[in-house]
Amino acid sequence: MTTATESSATKPSASVDPRAFLKRQTRWSVFEVLFWLATLSPFFLFETYLSLASQIAITALFAVSLDLILGYAGIISLGHAVFFGVGAYTAGIVSKYGWGEPISGLFIAAAAAAIVGYLTSFIIVRVQHLALLMITLGLGFIAVEIANSADWLTGGADGLLGVETWPVLGIWDFDLWGKTAYGFALVVLFILFVVSRRLVHSPFGLSLRGIRENAVRMPAIGAPNPRRLQKVYVISAAIAGVAGALLTQTTEFASLEVLGFQRSADLAIILILGGTGRLYGAIIGAIIFMVARDQLADMNPQYWYFWIGLLLMAVVLFLPDGILGGLTRLVPARWRKP
Amino acid sequence: MGSQILGVLFDGFAYGMLLFLLSVGLSVTLGLMNFINLAHGAFAMIGGYATVTLMNWYGWPFLPSLPVAFVAAAIVSVVLERTLFRRLYKSDPLQQVLFTIGLVFVVSAAAAYLFTTAVQPVRVPDYLRGSVEALGVTFGIYRIFLIAVALVITAFLVAGLEYTRFGAMVRAAVDNQRMASGLGINVETVFAITFALGSGLAGLGGALSIEIVGLDPSFAFHYLVYMLIVVAVGGLGSIRGSFVAATLLGLADVAGKYYVPELGAFLIYVLMIGILFFVPLGLFGKRA
Amino acid sequence: MSEAALATRGLNMRFGSLAVAQGIDISVPRGARYALIGPNGAGKTTLINMITGLLRPDSGTILLEGQDITALKTDARVKRGLARTFQINTLFPHLSALEAVTLAVSERRGEAGNWWRRLPDYSETVDEAYEILASMQLADVCLQPTHSLAYGQQRLLEIALALATKPRVLLLDEPAAGVPRNESSALFEAIARLPDDITVLFIEHDMDIVFRFASRIIVLVGGATLMEGTPAEISSDPKVREVYLGSSHTGGAHHV
Ligand SMILES: Nc1ncnc2c1ncn2[C@@H]1O[C@H](COP(=O)(O)OP(=O)(O)O)[C@@H](O)[C@H]1O
Ligand SMILES: [Mg+2]
Repeated sequence: MTTATESSATKPSASVDPRAFLKRQTRWSVFEVLFWLATLSPFFLFETYLSLASQIAITALFAVSLDLILGYAGIISLGHAVFFGVGAYTAGIVSKYGWGEPISGLFIAAAAAAIVGYLTSFIIVRVQHLALLMITLGLGFIAVEIANSADWLTGGADGLLGVETWPVLGIWDFDLWGKTAYGFALVVLFILFVVSRRLVHSPFGLSLRGIRENAVRMPAIGAPNPRRLQKVYVISAAIAGVAGALLTQTTEFASLEVLGFQRSADLAIILILGGTGRLYGAIIGAIIFMVARDQLADMNPQYWYFWIGLLLMAVVLFLPDGILGGLTRLVPARWRKP
Repeated sequence: MGSQILGVLFDGFAYGMLLFLLSVGLSVTLGLMNFINLAHGAFAMIGGYATVTLMNWYGWPFLPSLPVAFVAAAIVSVVLERTLFRRLYKSDPLQQVLFTIGLVFVVSAAAAYLFTTAVQPVRVPDYLRGSVEALGVTFGIYRIFLIAVALVITAFLVAGLEYTRFGAMVRAAVDNQRMASGLGINVETVFAITFALGSGLAGLGGALSIEIVGLDPSFAFHYLVYMLIVVAVGGLGSIRGSFVAATLLGLADVAGKYYVPELGAFLIYVLMIGILFFVPLGLFGKRA
Repeated sequence: MSEAALATRGLNMRFGSLAVAQGIDISVPRGARYALIGPNGAGKTTLINMITGLLRPDSGTILLEGQDITALKTDARVKRGLARTFQINTLFPHLSALEAVTLAVSERRGEAGNWWRRLPDYSETVDEAYEILASMQLADVCLQPTHSLAYGQQRLLEIALALATKPRVLLLDEPAAGVPRNESSALFEAIARLPDDITVLFIEHDMDIVFRFASRIIVLVGGATLMEGTPAEISSDPKVREVYLGSSHTGGAHHV
């Protein structure tokens, strides 16, 4: 540094090692390894729940994509299902018209969702607070209307029929028990989770946290906020698109419900239940929400939402950093990441 | 042709006035505390069910049940505000959104439990039924009544805000909360009273809307979206903005359904996004 | 003499009916240490906001090293070497001081858009951030989250963040605001040690400090420059004395 100071303060003191500190934050913890090992358990322990497990993996991936923009960059969205839906329909349409190869299907879906994300990002970065909520909500409704009226392409209210997914790598066929479906969804979730994890630990991830923490200071240290936000929005849209494509590929069906407000709202609930800004919160939230819904499936939907409503109010009041945040507080401080 | 347009304008305006009654309280409280209260629609619904209960269970006439709808919504809202909402004024918007949405879920489920999911019938008195004809246009008497009520209330609101001490406090607090507290205004009390009044108006709107749009447990959610559009497009904290936005939305909705039904709600959302793109703070909004 | 490092020409701005800038012309030569003084509400912070692009003047131009930057966004001005600190702490509460300064350094080095490499892999960036923190006596606390730092340390972090952009022109908005008097002089010692080629314009209410650290002083009153001169000229000027010692204005020599 150019500053002329004779003090010894510039040499790292024994207790402070900045690089080791930052490295420690990016290192995989034993909890994480155990967690990912546990995701293999449905193959052995809960075989009857394999199809639920793949639904959970897909929802978890979708929730991770929302966490990137909401938990890290602070962009609140009530319309993230738009990208899920674009991915779902793209994968379905590509397959219906003769290309059922799943892996390239995911890439095509991701690209389509990313394009829609890029186009809408110009509006998103202009507005905040209530206007942002309303614009994301409005985009969601518009997407449903478009998909509904373009029934020659999407099948409209009847849904997209005739989707056929080829075996993964030409080897694993999508069987009735859902083994391939879960395996495929889990691998994709894991890969994109690693990508997201990498992203949040990168300088870019740090700059997103900077925007969330103080959007006024960022330009004053030379950061172009709108460009950063647009970039993460596009990445998040692409990941959401992959999640949607996975749903179509594993169920061989897509309906308007993939785009609907309900899905966006459930997703926000999942993220707040699990805890924002920590990636694993998204996954934990998805597991709890989906398992609860499966267990209470016979319940009248009105009452299901009664309990969800109570749970939401309780979580916001008593566990503001979500269930995972609450759990983290139980772990001894020295095991926690700083 | 001309008379048909006039008819659509009339219906649209009446609908806009209904939306104004439903939304104006939300706009003012949002402007005051920046608290995103998605349960505002639930307060409107509480007013609606209060009227239904009084009329169908206890045989009350329509008009006397309206003030009760106002009071019921006001009381429920202020109790919730004092006990729960106030803890969230400093939370981030998503927490507020999800907490109040949770409340909507609970209230809607309670309504379904108490009143079933059926649409509630309400019989408005005969003198509010039927229609009058003028210039070849049919004007529904109930809609005329609705417009009259809304205009009288608007006049009271504007006058109250402009010429009373309390109104001056509300304006000061909306403009600059820190400065208002500095001037010795108890912002919390001002807010609690405004919150009760605004929710009461929503309750009244809920009661008045039964005849036009029906009432079932999905009301809180369905009309919430319309209310939020009015608030966002009009600008937080602006009565004038809410009035203009509600009128626009009412006209666009009715005219859209009449002339281009195949577009559905598309038109409204495109309009909203277009407006917010160019004026992110809304037509009459001052601050984010 | 060479062209000014920072200059404004006829800056005007109103908030409604209140004129907060009325034809402000200032010119700060390279490497100079200028103080900007004036009673509370004079428009000092507003002037800094206009120079850095947080506010847009109604008319007038801003020149950085002779180039017109009036149309540039804040971050583009920072990239050209114009940095500032804030009168009211404007920090990142849940980032550690190290992360905050690393963020600013990586922004300057053009690395902040990279979303694939890990932060600790940018060792030069991290080391530089640490050195800046150390030069501001923040080395020992740099791993703590910002919100847990003592207030005086947060004021230092304000400056560290600005330094991380490697500014050629540095604007300090009451850097010692809220800091006890004995500490504020130490803070200004640190500022005085900055390299000679950095141009500094600072706002400060304590006249002792202003006279000690500024080579020239600009007096702003009611959005207009009342006068400009050396400390000796300013301290003996009757108009300034009236503003500061007279009773017709609020504020006064000390921060309120
Ligand atoms: N965003 C704003 N809107 C309206 N008035 C403002 C705004 N910011 C500052 N002001 C007013 O402008 C005047 C100058 O403020 P400021 O530049 O902060 O003064 P100083 O920094 O010299 O104390 C003050 O009267 C202040 O109230
Ligand atoms: Mg100031």
